Amino acid sequence: MKAMHDVIAIADPIMMKAKTIITTVRNTTTPLRAEKRIHPFWVIVHKEIADHVRSWRFNILVVLIALTCFGSLYTSLTALTRGSKPDAVTDAFLFLKLFTLTDGTLPSFTVFISFLGPLLGISLGFDAINSEQNRGTLSRLVAQPIHRDYVINAKFTAALIVISVMLFTLSLLVTGIGLIRIGIPPTPEEFWRILCFVLISICYVAFWLNLSILFSIRFRQPATAALCGIAVWLFFTIFYQLLVNMIAKNMEPSIMATSEQVIRYQQFIFNLLRIVPSQLFNEATTTLLMPSVRSLSPLTMEQVYGTIPSPLPLGQSLLVVWPQLTGLAAATVLCFALSYASFMRREIRSR
Amino acid sequence: MNEYIIELADLTKQYGNYTAVDHLNLTIRKGEIFGLLGPNGAGKSTTILMMLGLTEPTSGRVRVCNWDATRYPIEVKKRVGYLPEDVGFYEDYTGFENIVYTAQLNGIGRGEAAQRAQQLLNRVGLADAAHKKAGKYSRGMRQRLGLADVLIKNPEVIILDEPTLGIDPKGVQEFLSLIVQLSREEGLTVLLSSHHLEQIQAICDRVGLFVKGKLLAEGNVHTLAGNLFTSEPLTIEARITIPVTSVVTVNDLQRMLQDIEGVLTVAIQGNTFQIDCARDVTSQIARKVIMAGADLNYLHKKEYGLEDIYHHYFKEYESYA
Repeated sequence: MKAMHDVIAIADPIMMKAKTIITTVRNTTTPLRAEKRIHPFWVIVHKEIADHVRSWRFNILVVLIALTCFGSLYTSLTALTRGSKPDAVTDAFLFLKLFTLTDGTLPSFTVFISFLGPLLGISLGFDAINSEQNRGTLSRLVAQPIHRDYVINAKFTAALIVISVMLFTLSLLVTGIGLIRIGIPPTPEEFWRILCFVLISICYVAFWLNLSILFSIRFRQPATAALCGIAVWLFFTIFYQLLVNMIAKNMEPSIMATSEQVIRYQQFIFNLLRIVPSQLFNEATTTLLMPSVRSLSPLTMEQVYGTIPSPLPLGQSLLVVWPQLTGLAAATVLCFALSYASFMRREIRSR
Repeated sequence: MNEYIIELADLTKQYGNYTAVDHLNLTIRKGEIFGLLGPNGAGKSTTILMMLGLTEPTSGRVRVCNWDATRYPIEVKKRVGYLPEDVGFYEDYTGFENIVYTAQLNGIGRGEAAQRAQQLLNRVGLADAAHKKAGKYSRGMRQRLGLADVLIKNPEVIILDEPTLGIDPKGVQEFLSLIVQLSREEGLTVLLSSHHLEQIQAICDRVGLFVKGKLLAEGNVHTLAGNLFTSEPLTIEARITIPVTSVVTVNDLQRMLQDIEGVLTVAIQGNTFQIDCARDVTSQIARKVIMAGADLNYLHKKEYGLEDIYHHYFKEYESYA
């Protein structure tokens, strides 16, 4: 009996070896073609992009934004053709007017983006995590051999890709249609400015996207998260201005105040306004799309005296709005860091 | 090579002041079907989450497949399939697409994933519904899809958290036999949590009784009963009818049974005699009854099922607490 046992014991490793050989042979022969393995992170990104593109929500938003976009293009075109003779300075950047000019019936393209961008960001992110949790898919997802941060990173990346593609397409479409209508091609500088404008818009929408992802982690109900996002957005667009106006009225320096005091006061009010991401966005885009804008803070007469009203080169314009850009990026990163931290520490249970 | 595939040592998890899992020690061998049995809120799910590295233990150690689950959760999750309680799927994707997605997350290429998915769906009996949207699946179908989802990564261990919750009895039976079959064929280790006694009793090799974060007892159903009732008297139930022609009365019979060595008490309810005794004296009882001229209709030694064990342990724990 013992001998037999030993034989089995010896035979066992041999069997094991045979088995592994068989399995390796099987593994090398069965794949039909050279299988391309996608990294799990990109698997999630693919799925998320597919989900966005197929969703009603996103398609409605695309239609809405495309409509306003072409509406504003139409008004800027009519304004351009009907408008008074432009002076020599702005004439050089005629093409950029497509994005900023309006005949008064509809706001310009940039204003639309600053208004609808938040809506786009919020709507792509407000149910990112909580809907997965409510459907019971989150616990299944994190039980797969992936790092947990892949889930939010991939969701953010996917939404960002969708937003980028959409904004680039729209801007290039506007550029293309404008090109056909007005017949003047953009200069390389104008083209770079448009490109910068699109990049800033993406960053701006990314901020709202991150904010809504943060809410989607915090709140179990997607409706609550969406409402929170919209509340923040409304607060910043409507009530914050009101609040700052009230503060400004109360702090108004007397007529006897020195110019230094007045400047300090103005600066303070500006800085208060700049807490709002949409303010940062507006300042950045106007400077980029209107090269004649030279400064975003109050200038004294001495500073302006003797300047030649010429447009700034792109590098200088970027330098003027650099603080705005960093502010916007910082707000985005802050939201992301907050959502990252709260998601990583969370215990994920089923439903 | 370690023969234990799951080892928990002194595992503790606290949420503030509340101790969900309390110094738990447990080992599970390869190829075993282990049942984690306990009422709701006993800490079963928390233990499972710690095994997968989904939550960090306050203290103690978890090793699964020879990997520390807290420090190397990815390695563990590569080898362990986990079916969460009340599993959900992407409802606007078909069952097939859902598990292909899981396969891809496990680093399996698309072609191979599709092939495996189809095989597994056939295996769990969802071949007809494979291309139906998962949102239209019934509860039982969803659990079976969950099983396919767990198996697609080719795991060594599968952990099923309350897998039979909300399925009808026939579905439960099918589902459980599917688990047993898969486990035996693939040499899988299965850890199953449930608060349903009969189900655990039906399929598990070994059972752990879990209350308030503590493992009260573990072993197979028989040893559990043995451990439990050694101090307890054995109960024998006998139905005896005394013919009208017979000279013995019920009381005589009772006295005679009482005289058998080892019998403690004899209680009578109609025709049924409840005999508590210290040892197994079934044969003596039978002999006595027949010799007395009475008719013995049936004689039954009461076996303790999981139900009794369960209630007994919990009662003991409650009185102790």
